[in-house]
Amino acid sequence: MFMILGYPAPLLFGQLLLGLINGAFYALLSLGLAVIFGMLNIVNFAHGALFMLGAFVAWGMLEYLGIGYWWALVLAPLIVGAFGVLLEKTLISRLYKLDHLYGLLLTFGLALIIEGLARNQYGSSGMPYRIPDLLQGATNLGFMFLPNYRAWVVVAAAVMCLVTWLVIEKTSLGATLRAATENAPLVQAFGVNVPRMITLTYAGGVALAGFAGVLAAPIYSVNPNMGENFIITVFAVVVIGGMGSILGSIVTGFGLGIVEGLTKVFYPQGSATVIFVVMVIVLLARPAGLFGRAA
Amino acid sequence: MLGFSRPQTMAFLLMVVLVIVSPFVLYPVFLMKVLCFALFACAFNLLIGYVGLMSFGHAAYFGMGSYVAAYTAKVWGLTPELAIVMGTLTGAALGTVFGWLAIRRQGIYFAMITLALAQMNYFFCLQAPFTGGEDGIQQVPRGHLFGLIPLQNDMVLYVVVAVIFLAGFLLIHRIVHSPFGQVLKAIRENEPRAISLGYRTDDYKLVAFILSTALAGAAGATKSIVFGIATLTDVHFSMSGEVVLMTLLGGLGTIFGPVVGALAVTGMENYLAQFGAWVTVTQGVVFVVCVIAFRRGIIGELGAKLKMAL
Repeated sequence: MFMILGYPAPLLFGQLLLGLINGAFYALLSLGLAVIFGMLNIVNFAHGALFMLGAFVAWGMLEYLGIGYWWALVLAPLIVGAFGVLLEKTLISRLYKLDHLYGLLLTFGLALIIEGLARNQYGSSGMPYRIPDLLQGATNLGFMFLPNYRAWVVVAAAVMCLVTWLVIEKTSLGATLRAATENAPLVQAFGVNVPRMITLTYAGGVALAGFAGVLAAPIYSVNPNMGENFIITVFAVVVIGGMGSILGSIVTGFGLGIVEGLTKVFYPQGSATVIFVVMVIVLLARPAGLFGRAA
Repeated sequence: MLGFSRPQTMAFLLMVVLVIVSPFVLYPVFLMKVLCFALFACAFNLLIGYVGLMSFGHAAYFGMGSYVAAYTAKVWGLTPELAIVMGTLTGAALGTVFGWLAIRRQGIYFAMITLALAQMNYFFCLQAPFTGGEDGIQQVPRGHLFGLIPLQNDMVLYVVVAVIFLAGFLLIHRIVHSPFGQVLKAIRENEPRAISLGYRTDDYKLVAFILSTALAGAAGATKSIVFGIATLTDVHFSMSGEVVLMTLLGGLGTIFGPVVGALAVTGMENYLAQFGAWVTVTQGVVFVVCVIAFRRGIIGELGAKLKMAL
């Protein structure tokens, strides 16, 4: 067994991989938050609950309907997205003329409702979700064993982030979206249906959370608290990265996951707080965030 | 009187009468819980209602006040009033550091930063040896007030808690109606304008933040003396959510709203406690209804009906 900086290499790489996986979820969730904030000007506190909902939809489809992982990976984000359309149309759309604060409070209430209902129905303990057959097992890389499913999560999340970035930065749809973020009335004057665009942006953002939820289902047990544990850390990630930049949230998400993983090796007691400490340092050095513009 | 308008004086006197009469009708321990949360909500309202700062991490100051009061009363053997003073100072000290960091950003970022800092504090409490981890600090003695008056009797303790609550309530009212409070309201209405008038708004915001967190610490400290226990629940972010709910339901930026909100939410929790997670669902529904249809809250709506600021 060879050592790096006095630590056994498998431990180091193992924690690095765990960090990358957490980072993948931070990236997917903060990306969705950034997209929604850019367009709707609300911070979606329900994001963690919808992440959890994605995992539960995947679990429920397997449990009650026998629909497997690969279909769930497509269908669960669509279902969560459709639920997002419903939420936006009935509730969130009433708040656009008000202070940002109310959007935060409303989505916080929605998160309490969704998580409370899940807890009532399924308890707090959580249910296992089987890794699909194709991704069972592990690959020997020589310096460590790489569980196939975990490698898949990192790749799938990275690809999904990249696709989102490409859609927003490189397509004409994305160009319209960015224009509407800058100046909605003007874009509407060009004949674009901006309210529908806002609805679909919200749906898209929460669908990303649903997608992350399905990816997470086989790793963490499917339980009502899984989103709550993530969302506050993701807020810190968003503060560190700044919500202004799509690529910024992806880089910050993965980067902080790795930082967290490495902290588990070098100073385990600090692993729960390290992201918040980074946030404090960034606030002192660059209050607008690493990729943000001053408000 | 003390900057109260006539209707406010009437409402205040009514509240004092209710505080005096209610322990003869209702269970005093429940009422003490209400008073502690009412003080907590009033402290929170000082920020959101009068400075326009949305802190989503007030559990940190409430909870640390609670821990420190419990620890000093139990381990150091301090008298209850000194333990509560220690809790208050802890809230103020933590508020100084967190406030200094958080006021660097405005609006929604301020809310997220305070929430993240409170979560950091939660993880600290989870690991720090003095908090007792998952068990918390239990069997905190109520002790003797000033080393003389035993507080074992609920009615005696109730008088102490009522005095702390009323003193905190009047202090907040005094702050809001002082020249300092007028500047705070100016910052809420238009911060760039306040800056251009020559006010160092960051200093004002920080002082308001520290005052609010000190009172939150006092509320938490009193709570731990009443129940003899300080746990992770006190620092958890759902506690931050609860105080937001109380203030929102009662009426943001009203004087009496947080008190009514605290009574309503605490009462609801007491009543629904047997139904498990339905408490969370109900709180969520109240949040949604308040934001969509009832933004002025109970006292705000009542004040609008009666055309007076309550």
